[in-house]
Amino acid sequence: MANIIEIRNLHFRYDADSENPSPEILKGINLDIKKGEFVAVLGHNGSGKSTLAKHLNGILTATSGTVTVDGIDTSDETKLFELRQRAGMVFQNPDNQIVSSVVEEDVAFALENLGVPYEEMRQRVDEALKAVNMYEYRLHSPAQLSGGQKQRVAIAGIIAMRPKCIILDEPTAMLDPQGRKEVISAVRKMNREYEITIVLITHYMDEASKCDRVVVMDKGNIILDNIPEKVFSQVELLRKIGLDVPQVTELCYELKKAGLDISPEIISEEECVKALLKLLN
Amino acid sequence: MAVLKTEQLTYVYSQGTPFEKTAIDHVNLEINEGEIIGIMGHTGSGKSTLIQHFNGLLKATSGKIYLDGKDIWADKSEIRSVRFKVGLVFQYPEYQIFEETVYKDIAFGCKNMGLDEAEIKRRVIETAYDIGLPEEILEKSPFELSGGQKRLVAIAGVMAMNPRVLILDEPSASLDPAGRDRIFDCIKAYHKKTKNTILIVSHSMEDIARFADRILVMNNAGVFCFDETEKVFSRAEEISKIGLDVPQITKVFLELKKYGLDFGKKVYTVEYAKELILKNLRERGIVC
Repeated sequence: MANIIEIRNLHFRYDADSENPSPEILKGINLDIKKGEFVAVLGHNGSGKSTLAKHLNGILTATSGTVTVDGIDTSDETKLFELRQRAGMVFQNPDNQIVSSVVEEDVAFALENLGVPYEEMRQRVDEALKAVNMYEYRLHSPAQLSGGQKQRVAIAGIIAMRPKCIILDEPTAMLDPQGRKEVISAVRKMNREYEITIVLITHYMDEASKCDRVVVMDKGNIILDNIPEKVFSQVELLRKIGLDVPQVTELCYELKKAGLDISPEIISEEECVKALLKLLN
Repeated sequence: MAVLKTEQLTYVYSQGTPFEKTAIDHVNLEINEGEIIGIMGHTGSGKSTLIQHFNGLLKATSGKIYLDGKDIWADKSEIRSVRFKVGLVFQYPEYQIFEETVYKDIAFGCKNMGLDEAEIKRRVIETAYDIGLPEEILEKSPFELSGGQKRLVAIAGVMAMNPRVLILDEPSASLDPAGRDRIFDCIKAYHKKTKNTILIVSHSMEDIARFADRILVMNNAGVFCFDETEKVFSRAEEISKIGLDVPQITKVFLELKKYGLDFGKKVYTVEYAKELILKNLRERGIVC
């Protein structure tokens, strides 16, 4: 599969040209993401993960190095509009990204800006709302929606642009467990059914454990990049940089450390149950 | 003796309009002095409405609420003093910071209580020290701090008032694991020192289980259960059905039970799970 995102030796600091540039936030990132991949990015606050995300649709541009998304160099300002249609972004706070007083108008906002003809706009908005299971709320006021519903409306607004890639920066951090489930299942559907590449920035290990690939950042560097099983079995390292591991992984890791014959690469409840049954029977 | 008690507490939003909604419905509760209570419930279950009654921000449609055995609404003019005794930290309290310096922000509540300057200073410095904010930060603008630090400052402002009951609405929401642990460590240390009653609203059963004496689970405007942490976990399956998250490890042990492996205990921490499994294997001579 071809790469949709290519990051080469990306360095970033704020106010790089001024007399008081900030400390370096990204310190030479190299990362390729394939078309259709579902990638989680983990890291504690200040690790640089949100800064990295903001490079993917040109909100920030590299101090040095290059970021290419679907063939577009993100530092090319003449292509910014095109870039943002192809790589949409969803932020943490659902209340900060809704602009209209009617759900379907909010979803249509970007299409209006892009000058999409009415008939097509109508069709794309309906399709996007159906995709995130919010069609029946199309005439509601966003103010009456729950956090999870608002985030799904925000996602619909992006899907309506028919992007190739969606970057989500902790989209579930402010939601309750039910809202988290709704949003993650909508995102998964975008990936599976619409083949949209997903970059999911999260603090929740259970969300990351269900992705194709997990990238872990610390102090502006990528320190782990592998399938979830391999990443989460690095229990000591993850703890050291202030991250959790899923409880089931931690249990298997601890049992292995106590000398038992159990794989430390267990990330789901089902696998854990199976492994424990084997051990105990 | 109960520090807080509710009797048939009921609150109806937008009464008499098409949007009428009963947010809490005949709730009876007793919370004892010095307890740490975890409060859970999905969005709309009534938990935020409930806690806003404890310090008189909302006035019940019907029913009563007692602080130290006294009806808090018996004398309306006294409600201000109730707010000094029951401190409420809202969700995302860092958005409510407004003062020029960290010191002034932490001091704000104490000032309103009418304490003298020397006492305010003592409390601000002590609280800042207790929650691990370095003294030199006190003269800085709170807006220069990181998100996690800002939240600590906002919580410190309420802690400094030394309320009999401290209520925190999702104090760890949207923090990373390290930030979450720091907030909970501060709350635990505060409880150890002051022995004040603490109520914490959280979506994470995992976090709550680590230090709550009792857990209140709200559902459909009423009390689903209110019991010791272990007993609440014994109903993990039902709790999961009303849309709440049960810790992974608890789910694994519920599943093992279906295969006839009943450890007879409610498991919600990894350490405990490990201990139980090793003990089981040792007793059967499989490991030494």
